[in-house]
Amino acid sequence: MALKQLRSNTRAQLVLGLVFGVAFGFLLQKGGVTEYGVILGQLLLTDFTVVKVMLAAIVVGMIGVFLMNRAGMVSLHTRSGSVGATVIGGLIFGAGFAVLGYCPGTAAGAFGSGALDAAIGMIGIAIGAGIFARFYPALDRTVLKRGEFPAETIPELVGMKRGMVVAVVAVLILCLLYSFEVLGI
Amino acid sequence: MFECFTMASWSPYIVGAGIGVLSWLTFLLSDHPLGCSTAYARTAGMVESVLSQKNVGKMPYYRKFAPKVEWQWMLVLGVVIGAFISAYLSGTFSLQAVPPLFADTFGTGAALRFAVALVGGVLMGLGARWAGGCTSGHGISGTLQLSVASWIAAVCFFAGGILVAGMIYGFPIL
Repeated sequence: MALKQLRSNTRAQLVLGLVFGVAFGFLLQKGGVTEYGVILGQLLLTDFTVVKVMLAAIVVGMIGVFLMNRAGMVSLHTRSGSVGATVIGGLIFGAGFAVLGYCPGTAAGAFGSGALDAAIGMIGIAIGAGIFARFYPALDRTVLKRGEFPAETIPELVGMKRGMVVAVVAVLILCLLYSFEVLGI
Repeated sequence: MFECFTMASWSPYIVGAGIGVLSWLTFLLSDHPLGCSTAYARTAGMVESVLSQKNVGKMPYYRKFAPKVEWQWMLVLGVVIGAFISAYLSGTFSLQAVPPLFADTFGTGAALRFAVALVGGVLMGLGARWAGGCTSGHGISGTLQLSVASWIAAVCFFAGGILVAGMIYGFPIL
Protein backbone atom coordinates (compact mmCIF):
# COMPACT_ATOMS: atom_id res chain seq x y z
CA MET A 1 0.00 0.00 0.00
CA ALA A 2 1.39 3.39 -1.01
CA LEU A 3 0.53 5.01 2.33
CA LYS A 4 2.60 2.45 4.24
CA GLN A 5 5.55 3.05 1.94
CA LEU A 6 5.28 6.79 2.37
CA ARG A 7 5.17 6.52 6.17
CA SER A 8 8.28 4.39 6.30
CA ASN A 9 10.23 6.47 3.77
CA THR A 10 12.58 8.41 6.05
CA ARG A 11 13.56 11.03 3.52
CA ALA A 12 9.99 11.69 2.39
CA GLN A 13 8.98 12.06 6.04
CA LEU A 14 11.66 14.71 6.64
CA VAL A 15 10.25 16.68 3.71
CA LEU A 16 6.66 16.16 4.90
CA GLY A 17 7.61 17.26 8.43
CA LEU A 18 9.03 20.47 7.00
CA VAL A 19 5.97 21.08 4.81
CA PHE A 20 3.56 20.45 7.71
CA GLY A 21 5.70 22.72 9.89
CA VAL A 22 5.54 25.55 7.35
CA ALA A 23 1.73 25.27 7.28
CA PHE A 24 1.58 25.07 11.09
CA GLY A 25 3.84 28.11 11.54
CA PHE A 26 1.88 30.06 8.92
CA LEU A 27 -1.39 29.34 10.74
CA LEU A 28 0.02 30.12 14.20
CA GLN A 29 1.35 33.46 12.96
CA LYS A 30 -1.91 34.37 11.19
CA GLY A 31 -3.78 33.47 14.39
CA GLY A 32 -1.68 35.93 16.38
CA VAL A 33 -0.71 33.25 18.90
CA THR A 34 2.99 33.78 18.16
CA GLU A 35 2.73 37.10 20.04
CA TYR A 36 3.83 37.39 23.65
CA GLY A 37 0.98 39.83 24.36
CA VAL A 38 -1.66 37.41 23.05
CA ILE A 39 -0.36 34.48 25.11
CA LEU A 40 -0.02 36.55 28.29
CA GLY A 41 -3.48 38.00 27.53
CA GLN A 42 -4.85 34.45 27.60
CA LEU A 43 -3.13 33.65 30.91
CA LEU A 44 -4.37 36.97 32.37
CA LEU A 45 -7.84 36.08 31.02
CA THR A 46 -8.14 39.28 28.98
CA ASP A 47 -7.79 37.75 25.48
CA PHE A 48 -9.20 34.32 24.60
CA THR A 49 -7.51 33.89 21.20
CA VAL A 50 -5.30 30.98 22.33
CA VAL A 51 -8.20 28.97 23.77
CA LYS A 52 -10.36 29.69 20.69
CA VAL A 53 -7.62 28.42 18.34
CA MET A 54 -7.04 25.32 20.47
CA LEU A 55 -10.71 24.42 20.87
CA ALA A 56 -11.44 24.89 17.16
CA ALA A 57 -8.42 22.71 16.33
CA ILE A 58 -9.53 20.04 18.79
CA VAL A 59 -13.11 19.88 17.47
CA VAL A 60 -12.10 19.68 13.80
CA GLY A 61 -9.14 17.39 14.43
CA MET A 62 -11.09 15.09 16.75
CA ILE A 63 -13.93 14.41 14.31
CA GLY A 64 -11.64 13.79 11.32
CA VAL A 65 -9.18 11.61 13.18
CA PHE A 66 -12.04 9.63 14.75
CA LEU A 67 -13.65 8.95 11.35
CA MET A 68 -10.33 8.03 9.72
CA ASN A 69 -9.46 5.77 12.64
CA ARG A 70 -12.82 4.01 12.39
CA ALA A 71 -12.25 3.49 8.67
CA GLY A 72 -8.89 1.89 9.52
CA MET A 73 -6.92 4.64 7.79
CA VAL A 74 -5.00 6.00 10.81
CA SER A 75 -3.90 4.67 14.17
CA LEU A 76 -4.13 6.60 17.44
CA HIS A 77 -1.15 7.55 19.60
CA THR A 78 -2.25 8.03 23.19
CA ARG A 79 -0.10 7.37 26.21
CA SER A 80 -0.87 6.79 29.85
CA GLY A 81 -0.22 9.49 32.44
CA SER A 82 0.02 9.95 36.18
CA VAL A 83 -0.26 12.62 38.85
CA GLY A 84 3.54 12.53 39.29
CA ALA A 85 4.25 13.06 35.59
CA THR A 86 1.26 14.84 34.07
CA VAL A 87 0.15 17.12 36.92
CA ILE A 88 3.59 18.09 38.28
CA GLY A 89 5.09 18.43 34.80
CA GLY A 90 2.03 20.32 33.59
CA LEU A 91 2.28 22.85 36.41
CA ILE A 92 6.02 23.38 35.81
CA PHE A 93 5.23 23.84 32.12
CA GLY A 94 2.51 26.35 33.04
CA ALA A 95 4.96 28.39 35.10
CA GLY A 96 7.34 28.43 32.14
CA PHE A 97 4.45 29.33 29.82
CA ALA A 98 3.79 32.52 31.84
CA VAL A 99 7.46 33.46 32.32
CA LEU A 100 8.51 32.85 28.71
CA GLY A 101 5.22 33.95 27.13
CA TYR A 102 5.49 31.40 24.30
CA CYS A 103 5.21 27.61 24.10
CA PRO A 104 7.58 25.23 22.26
CA GLY A 105 5.65 25.58 18.98
CA THR A 106 4.72 29.26 19.18
CA ALA A 107 8.27 30.19 20.30
CA ALA A 108 9.50 28.84 16.96
CA GLY A 109 6.76 30.84 15.21
CA ALA A 110 7.54 33.97 17.20
CA PHE A 111 11.21 33.64 16.28
CA GLY A 112 10.19 33.36 12.63
CA SER A 113 8.19 36.58 12.98
CA GLY A 114 11.24 38.38 14.36
CA ALA A 115 10.97 37.98 18.16
CA LEU A 116 14.54 37.60 19.40
CA ASP A 117 13.45 36.81 22.97
CA ALA A 118 11.65 33.76 21.56
CA ALA A 119 14.98 32.50 20.16
CA ILE A 120 16.50 32.79 23.65
CA GLY A 121 13.42 30.98 24.96
CA MET A 122 13.99 28.15 22.45
CA ILE A 123 17.55 27.73 23.76
CA GLY A 124 16.07 27.62 27.28
CA ILE A 125 13.55 24.95 26.29
CA ALA A 126 16.33 22.75 24.89
CA ILE A 127 18.37 23.25 28.11
CA GLY A 128 15.31 22.37 30.22
CA ALA A 129 14.67 19.26 28.13
CA GLY A 130 18.35 18.32 28.53
CA ILE A 131 18.10 18.71 32.32
CA PHE A 132 15.06 16.41 32.28
CA ALA A 133 16.95 13.83 30.21
CA ARG A 134 19.79 13.89 32.74
CA PHE A 135 17.50 13.32 35.72
CA TYR A 136 15.09 11.01 33.88
CA PRO A 137 16.30 7.71 35.43
CA ALA A 138 15.99 9.10 38.98
CA LEU A 139 12.64 10.81 38.28
CA ASP A 140 11.31 7.67 36.64
CA ARG A 141 12.14 5.65 39.76
CA THR A 142 10.59 8.17 42.15
CA VAL A 143 7.84 10.53 40.95
CA LEU A 144 6.85 9.84 37.34
CA LYS A 145 4.81 6.71 38.03
CA ARG A 146 3.10 8.03 41.17
CA GLY A 147 -0.68 8.02 40.99
CA GLU A 148 -1.15 6.52 37.53
CA PHE A 149 -4.44 7.46 35.89
CA PRO A 150 -6.97 4.58 35.79
CA ALA A 151 -7.45 4.78 32.00
CA GLU A 152 -5.60 5.98 28.93
CA THR A 153 -8.58 7.48 27.10
CA ILE A 154 -11.85 9.17 28.09
CA PRO A 155 -14.04 6.48 26.41
CA GLU A 156 -12.32 3.81 28.57
CA LEU A 157 -12.60 6.01 31.67
CA VAL A 158 -16.32 6.65 31.38
CA GLY A 159 -17.20 3.35 29.71
CA MET A 160 -18.83 4.91 26.65
CA LYS A 161 -18.34 4.28 22.95
CA ARG A 162 -15.68 6.51 21.40
CA GLY A 163 -18.14 7.90 18.85
CA MET A 164 -20.48 8.96 21.63
CA VAL A 165 -17.69 10.73 23.55
CA VAL A 166 -16.58 12.48 20.34
CA ALA A 167 -20.14 13.77 19.84
CA VAL A 168 -20.49 14.95 23.45
CA VAL A 169 -17.09 16.69 23.49
CA ALA A 170 -17.80 18.33 20.12
CA VAL A 171 -21.15 19.68 21.35
CA LEU A 172 -19.61 20.95 24.61
CA ILE A 173 -16.78 22.73 22.76
CA LEU A 174 -19.18 24.30 20.24
CA CYS A 175 -21.45 25.51 23.10
CA LEU A 176 -18.42 27.00 24.84
CA LEU A 177 -17.25 28.79 21.68
CA TYR A 178 -20.79 30.01 21.01
CA SER A 179 -21.03 31.39 24.55
CA PHE A 180 -17.71 33.23 24.03
CA GLU A 181 -19.27 34.99 21.04
CA VAL A 182 -22.54 35.75 22.83
CA LEU A 183 -20.69 37.15 25.84
CA GLY A 184 -18.28 39.06 23.59
CA ILE A 185 -15.21 37.35 25.10
CA MET B 1 -7.82 35.67 -4.47
CA PHE B 2 -4.48 35.66 -2.66
CA GLU B 3 -5.40 38.60 -0.47
CA CYS B 4 -5.97 36.35 2.52
CA PHE B 5 -2.25 35.51 2.57
CA THR B 6 -1.30 39.17 2.99
CA MET B 7 -3.84 39.86 5.74
CA ALA B 8 -2.18 40.46 9.11
CA SER B 9 -4.50 38.14 10.98
CA TRP B 10 -7.18 35.51 10.50
CA SER B 11 -10.11 34.57 12.71
CA PRO B 12 -8.96 32.24 15.53
CA TYR B 13 -11.67 29.80 14.42
CA ILE B 14 -10.33 29.64 10.85
CA VAL B 15 -6.80 29.16 12.19
CA GLY B 16 -7.94 26.49 14.65
CA ALA B 17 -9.93 24.64 11.98
CA GLY B 18 -6.85 24.81 9.72
CA ILE B 19 -4.70 23.25 12.45
CA GLY B 20 -7.38 20.57 12.88
CA VAL B 21 -7.25 19.71 9.17
CA LEU B 22 -3.44 19.77 9.34
CA SER B 23 -3.62 17.17 12.12
CA TRP B 24 -5.69 14.90 9.84
CA LEU B 25 -2.90 15.06 7.30
CA THR B 26 -0.10 14.39 9.81
CA PHE B 27 -1.94 11.31 11.09
CA LEU B 28 -2.75 10.12 7.59
CA LEU B 29 0.51 10.76 5.72
CA SER B 30 3.07 10.60 8.53
CA ASP B 31 1.40 8.53 11.27
CA HIS B 32 2.44 11.30 13.71
CA PRO B 33 0.41 13.66 15.88
CA LEU B 34 1.42 17.34 15.78
CA GLY B 35 3.88 18.03 18.58
CA CYS B 36 6.96 20.13 19.22
CA SER B 37 8.70 19.50 22.55
CA THR B 38 10.37 16.18 21.73
CA ALA B 39 12.39 17.98 19.06
CA TYR B 40 13.93 20.17 21.77
CA ALA B 41 14.95 17.09 23.78
CA ARG B 42 16.57 15.61 20.67
CA THR B 43 18.38 18.91 20.08
CA ALA B 44 19.68 18.88 23.67
CA GLY B 45 20.98 15.37 23.05
CA MET B 46 22.67 16.40 19.79
CA VAL B 47 24.38 19.38 21.48
CA GLU B 48 25.48 17.20 24.40
CA SER B 49 26.96 14.58 22.12
CA VAL B 50 29.05 17.30 20.42
CA LEU B 51 30.19 18.86 23.70
CA SER B 52 30.96 15.71 25.67
CA GLN B 53 32.91 12.61 24.78
CA LYS B 54 30.48 10.34 26.57
CA ASN B 55 28.10 8.27 24.55
CA VAL B 56 24.94 10.34 24.95
CA GLY B 57 23.00 7.80 22.93
CA LYS B 58 23.34 5.38 25.84
CA MET B 59 21.48 7.65 28.29
CA PRO B 60 18.08 6.05 28.94
CA TYR B 61 16.12 9.12 27.83
CA TYR B 62 17.98 9.39 24.53
CA ARG B 63 17.45 5.70 23.92
CA LYS B 64 13.73 6.55 23.92
CA PHE B 65 14.19 9.73 21.89
CA ALA B 66 17.32 9.35 19.77
CA PRO B 67 19.28 12.61 19.39
CA LYS B 68 18.81 13.04 15.65
CA VAL B 69 16.95 15.14 13.10
CA GLU B 70 13.62 13.46 12.34
CA TRP B 71 10.04 14.32 11.36
CA GLN B 72 9.20 16.50 14.36
CA TRP B 73 12.55 18.32 14.27
CA MET B 74 11.81 19.30 10.67
CA LEU B 75 8.30 20.33 11.77
CA VAL B 76 9.71 22.84 14.29
CA LEU B 77 12.13 24.15 11.67
CA GLY B 78 9.16 24.49 9.32
CA VAL B 79 7.22 26.47 11.95
CA VAL B 80 10.00 29.10 11.99
CA ILE B 81 9.90 29.31 8.18
CA GLY B 82 6.09 29.30 7.91
CA ALA B 83 5.71 32.04 10.50
CA PHE B 84 8.36 34.07 8.71
CA ILE B 85 6.51 33.70 5.38
CA SER B 86 3.23 34.75 7.02
CA ALA B 87 4.76 37.78 8.77
CA TYR B 88 6.70 38.78 5.65
CA LEU B 89 3.65 38.56 3.36
CA SER B 90 1.55 40.67 5.70
CA GLY B 91 4.36 43.18 6.23
CA THR B 92 4.41 42.61 9.99
CA PHE B 93 7.89 41.07 10.18
CA SER B 94 10.12 43.12 12.46
CA LEU B 95 13.05 42.25 14.69
CA GLN B 96 12.08 42.82 18.29
CA ALA B 97 13.92 41.99 21.52
CA VAL B 98 11.34 43.06 24.10
CA PRO B 99 7.58 42.55 23.60
CA PRO B 100 5.52 45.73 24.24
CA LEU B 101 3.56 44.33 27.22
CA PHE B 102 6.79 43.31 28.96
CA ALA B 103 8.41 46.69 28.15
CA ASP B 104 5.46 48.61 29.65
CA THR B 105 6.00 46.99 33.03
CA PHE B 106 9.69 46.09 33.16
CA GLY B 107 11.34 48.55 30.75
CA THR B 108 12.86 48.14 27.31
CA GLY B 109 16.16 46.60 28.45
CA ALA B 110 16.87 43.53 26.33
CA ALA B 111 19.17 41.90 28.92
CA LEU B 112 16.38 41.54 31.49
CA ARG B 113 13.90 40.17 28.95
CA PHE B 114 16.46 37.68 27.59
CA ALA B 115 17.30 36.47 31.11
CA VAL B 116 13.60 36.05 31.93
CA ALA B 117 12.97 34.27 28.60
CA LEU B 118 15.86 31.88 29.28
CA VAL B 119 14.56 31.01 32.76
CA GLY B 120 11.01 30.61 31.40
CA GLY B 121 12.31 28.41 28.60
CA VAL B 122 14.22 26.14 31.00
CA LEU B 123 11.09 25.69 33.15
CA MET B 124 9.04 25.02 30.03
CA GLY B 125 11.46 22.47 28.56
CA LEU B 126 11.69 20.68 31.90
CA GLY B 127 7.91 20.71 32.40
CA ALA B 128 7.13 19.63 28.83
CA ARG B 129 9.32 16.54 29.02
CA TRP B 130 8.17 15.84 32.58
CA ALA B 131 4.53 15.86 31.47
CA GLY B 132 5.34 14.10 28.18
CA GLY B 133 4.15 16.86 25.85
CA CYS B 134 3.46 20.53 25.28
CA THR B 135 0.60 22.79 24.20
CA SER B 136 0.54 21.10 20.78
CA GLY B 137 1.43 17.48 21.69
CA HIS B 138 -0.89 17.30 24.71
CA GLY B 139 -2.98 20.46 24.28
CA ILE B 140 -4.15 19.78 20.72
CA SER B 141 -3.05 16.32 19.49
CA GLY B 142 -3.62 14.40 22.72
CA THR B 143 -6.90 16.07 23.60
CA LEU B 144 -8.31 15.49 20.09
CA GLN B 145 -7.58 11.77 20.58
CA LEU B 146 -9.46 11.95 23.90
CA SER B 147 -6.39 11.08 25.96
CA VAL B 148 -7.05 11.41 29.70
CA ALA B 149 -3.45 12.47 30.42
CA SER B 150 -3.59 15.17 27.72
CA TRP B 151 -6.79 16.78 29.02
CA ILE B 152 -5.35 16.83 32.55
CA ALA B 153 -2.03 18.20 31.22
CA ALA B 154 -3.82 20.98 29.30
CA VAL B 155 -5.73 22.01 32.43
CA CYS B 156 -2.46 22.05 34.43
CA PHE B 157 -0.67 24.10 31.72
CA PHE B 158 -3.31 26.80 32.03
CA ALA B 159 -3.69 26.51 35.83
CA GLY B 160 0.07 26.98 36.32
CA GLY B 161 0.20 29.66 33.62
CA ILE B 162 -2.71 31.69 35.00
CA LEU B 163 -1.25 31.54 38.51
CA VAL B 164 2.24 32.65 37.51
CA ALA B 165 1.05 35.25 34.97
CA GLY B 166 -1.06 36.73 37.78
CA MET B 167 1.98 36.79 40.05
CA ILE B 168 3.94 38.67 37.36
CA TYR B 169 1.35 41.19 36.13
CA GLY B 170 -1.28 41.11 38.90
CA PHE B 171 -4.55 39.24 38.81
CA PRO B 172 -6.99 41.24 36.65
CA ILE B 173 -10.06 40.12 38.57
CA LEU B 174 -8.72 41.15 42.02
